[in-house]
Amino acid sequence: MRTLIFRTVAPYLASLMILFSIFVLLRGHNEPGGGFIGGLIAASAFAIYGIACGVSPVRRALHFHPMAISGTGLLASTAAGMLSIFFKVPFMTGLWLDIPLFGDSIAVSTVMLFDIGVYLVVVGSITSIALALEERPNS
Amino acid sequence: MNSFMPSTTFAVLLLPFIAALFAPALTQLLKHNAAWILALVPAAIFWHFSGFLPVISAGEVVTGGYQWVPALKVNFSWYIDGLSLTFALLITGIGTLIVLYSGGYLKGHAQLGRFFSFILMFMGSMLGLVMSDSFLMFFIFWELTSITSFLLIGFDNKREASRRAALQALVVTGGGGLFLLAGLLLIWNVTGYSEMSLLLRSGSLLADSPYYIAIFVLVLGGAFTKSAQFPMHFWLPNAMEAPTPVSAYLHSATMVKAGVYLLMRLNPVLGDTMAWHIVLPLFGGTTLIVGTLLAIRQTDLKLMLAYTTVSSLGLLVMLTGFGTEKAIEGAVLYLVAHCLFKGALFMVAGIIDHEAGTRDVTKLGGLMTAMPITFAAALASAISMAGLPPFFGFLAKEEIYAGLWQVSFWGGLLTIVAIVGNALMFVIGFVVALKPFLGRRKLKLGNVHEGPVLLWLGPVLLATASLLTAIFSPMTHRLITSPMASAVEGEPVSAYISLVPHIGMPLLLSLITVAIGVFAYINVARLRALMIYALYKIGWGPDKGFDQFIRGTVRLSFRVTNVIQPGRMEFYMKVIFILVAVSILLPMALFDEWPAMPQWPDTISRYEAVIMAIAAVGLFSVLYAKDRLTAIVSLGIQGFAVALLFMLFGAPDLSFTQFMVETLSVVILALAMTRLRLTPTDHRALKEKIIDTIISLACATAFVLLLLKVTQLPFDTTLSDFFTRYSLSIAHGANIVNVILVDFRGTDTWGEIAVVMVAGLAILSLIRIRTRPANAIAANDPAEEDERL
Repeated sequence: MRTLIFRTVAPYLASLMILFSIFVLLRGHNEPGGGFIGGLIAASAFAIYGIACGVSPVRRALHFHPMAISGTGLLASTAAGMLSIFFKVPFMTGLWLDIPLFGDSIAVSTVMLFDIGVYLVVVGSITSIALALEERPNS
Repeated sequence: MNSFMPSTTFAVLLLPFIAALFAPALTQLLKHNAAWILALVPAAIFWHFSGFLPVISAGEVVTGGYQWVPALKVNFSWYIDGLSLTFALLITGIGTLIVLYSGGYLKGHAQLGRFFSFILMFMGSMLGLVMSDSFLMFFIFWELTSITSFLLIGFDNKREASRRAALQALVVTGGGGLFLLAGLLLIWNVTGYSEMSLLLRSGSLLADSPYYIAIFVLVLGGAFTKSAQFPMHFWLPNAMEAPTPVSAYLHSATMVKAGVYLLMRLNPVLGDTMAWHIVLPLFGGTTLIVGTLLAIRQTDLKLMLAYTTVSSLGLLVMLTGFGTEKAIEGAVLYLVAHCLFKGALFMVAGIIDHEAGTRDVTKLGGLMTAMPITFAAALASAISMAGLPPFFGFLAKEEIYAGLWQVSFWGGLLTIVAIVGNALMFVIGFVVALKPFLGRRKLKLGNVHEGPVLLWLGPVLLATASLLTAIFSPMTHRLITSPMASAVEGEPVSAYISLVPHIGMPLLLSLITVAIGVFAYINVARLRALMIYALYKIGWGPDKGFDQFIRGTVRLSFRVTNVIQPGRMEFYMKVIFILVAVSILLPMALFDEWPAMPQWPDTISRYEAVIMAIAAVGLFSVLYAKDRLTAIVSLGIQGFAVALLFMLFGAPDLSFTQFMVETLSVVILALAMTRLRLTPTDHRALKEKIIDTIISLACATAFVLLLLKVTQLPFDTTLSDFFTRYSLSIAHGANIVNVILVDFRGTDTWGEIAVVMVAGLAILSLIRIRTRPANAIAANDPAEEDERL
């Protein structure tokens, strides 16, 4: 599968897909998208990169172990749920904060943090499975 | 309840645990001399609780506590009356001496700090147990004593015997704890009270309840295992694998009395019924006799004492069950006396072991001149154990006979049991206290000398306490006996027994006991040989039974696992799909809920038809694929077609996800396939193929029917209306699907991503273990283990 064309295109394709996945993640609240889908897109980006260029460049690019990314995601989602403790509202209640930015206002929320956590869990888990499978048994 | 006030009692209940935290560091600093400082902790607690004596002896009770889990009406609350106060004083008083003794006994031991830590943790648990007012707290401390006991018995964790004994104790007492939990929950359910203080005022509510027998059996299940009643007594002698301070403290003075404590605590509400008066004396009496007979058989000082502890616990249960006012007083007196003399005798056995290097009574002798202080303490304690004046044991035994003696069959029988038991305990007491010290010095013993002050201080003080409590009996009764007996009886009781002999039946029975005891002491070697022969003839005991039970459980679970987890993927898949088909089709057939024949749409647009054709082509090529890679890709084609359909019918999110899932599953499956042999082999025989086809057709039919049925039912729009209306206004999101995922049903998603992550970890480790040897999984076979043994 490691043709010259594929190897040349794969890094660009993968970076575009990851950019797209973040876009999908962030628009998810109002339009089709969200953490799950975004995570799947990013995971396939890493899988493609791995198929084209080998596993170790992917691992280098990721810097962290994919499972650690997954763990961070779970932690972030849990934290998003737990933050409600400090406002004396039930677990997982969405909390919203409007931050004025360039004359517009950006809504930041625990829900968004939660979705980012979902994204990270999906990316981490599926990437680590894909990468482990891509590694040749004898290598 | 005087709420939220900071209370010294609360601090005092926490103190042992805090001390346990610092014990290792302190021991590192001061070595065994840390005992002097750590002993201040129980001493301070003792001081705190002795401050309650005037109030409690005036017939009042003290309660206090905090809300713990208000939603479940669970409090952290304590209840101090005569019963719990006496226990608290015994636990902390003897605890102080035990901490000191441990410092001497384990001097120079590398893990002394850990030992102190365990002992203090146990002390905190036991103290919490007797102080607990709320059931939940009582149960938690009850289990904590089992766990700390496990840690202490297995302290010498390099020896297999200790580990086995520790595990056995944990299984027996922990298993009993489960009975107790069920019993307490049942009591809670029947009465609506979750606190001892309220329960004790509930009168005959429990005794009249139709659940009485169930509660009774469950409570006894807890009490009898903890207090080592026959036939669950076997763990206690095995627990002698623990260092001697543990045996003296947990397995004679305190923990094993927790069961007796429970029975005494519940006596006012559970007692005074036929079942109580028959079952308790029956088990208690049997335990008393069996324990003393087994004690006679032993030559190890600690084991002899352990078996007499079993019999003493039997005596206490018997008296509690018999339940007359005098019997209860006898039980109370005996409980206190037993703590004092048995704790001392265990420590003496430890000193002898420590200084002479053996605990075998046949190898000991003539140590009197070498160890005069130890001998004096041992002798005093043995006199108390034998029930002779002027020690506290005498008062206890007189009161026991006064309580049991009745001109009736039951009273007469139990009196005989008590006489035999007491006489044999008389023998053991003097064997332990006299044989090692009198007679000629055995040559092998070498140069033996008195132990250091840390060692003999405990037994000496306990023996002195045995003497003083008896001499000043009116004061003992006013402060300890009467309040405690009143708490057990549930109404005010006063004890009067003193050292001045009262001419009467009890004194006569005492004389008979002493006569039998002296006779048996002279013939103790012959009795021992007889018992060894008898036990050899019987050949089986509950201890062996325990091993058989454990081995049987392992075998059973192995067999069950072999049947339901044979390790063959095909079997799992078959079972799963058959169950899926059955669970969908069976209810439909049973309730006659088949879907109506669907109406074929009049017009199908061309692209819909094309997409469905693609899906069909994908499916057929899966079936006819020659190799796996083709099959996987074909499955992907079918998946993409379905995703397109989703898109056409207005579910962009679903379709989007479906595309990604299909892509990734094709990629991952293809990657997984590269690790397998790709040769297209289908090893199934024709018959199997037909069966598999039938199963898959059944599943497919089931799903089609289910989906048809679902779409034919009237659509309940409550939820979709709710989400449509509130998605933007409450959750600030226009994409309803995503808002449901991350906000409305966020906790579900939270659980799901945790599952995703765990599944990822599992798959990762499955990929990694491929290099393991093939026979690694079979290593759990109990049959193989037996062969190795």
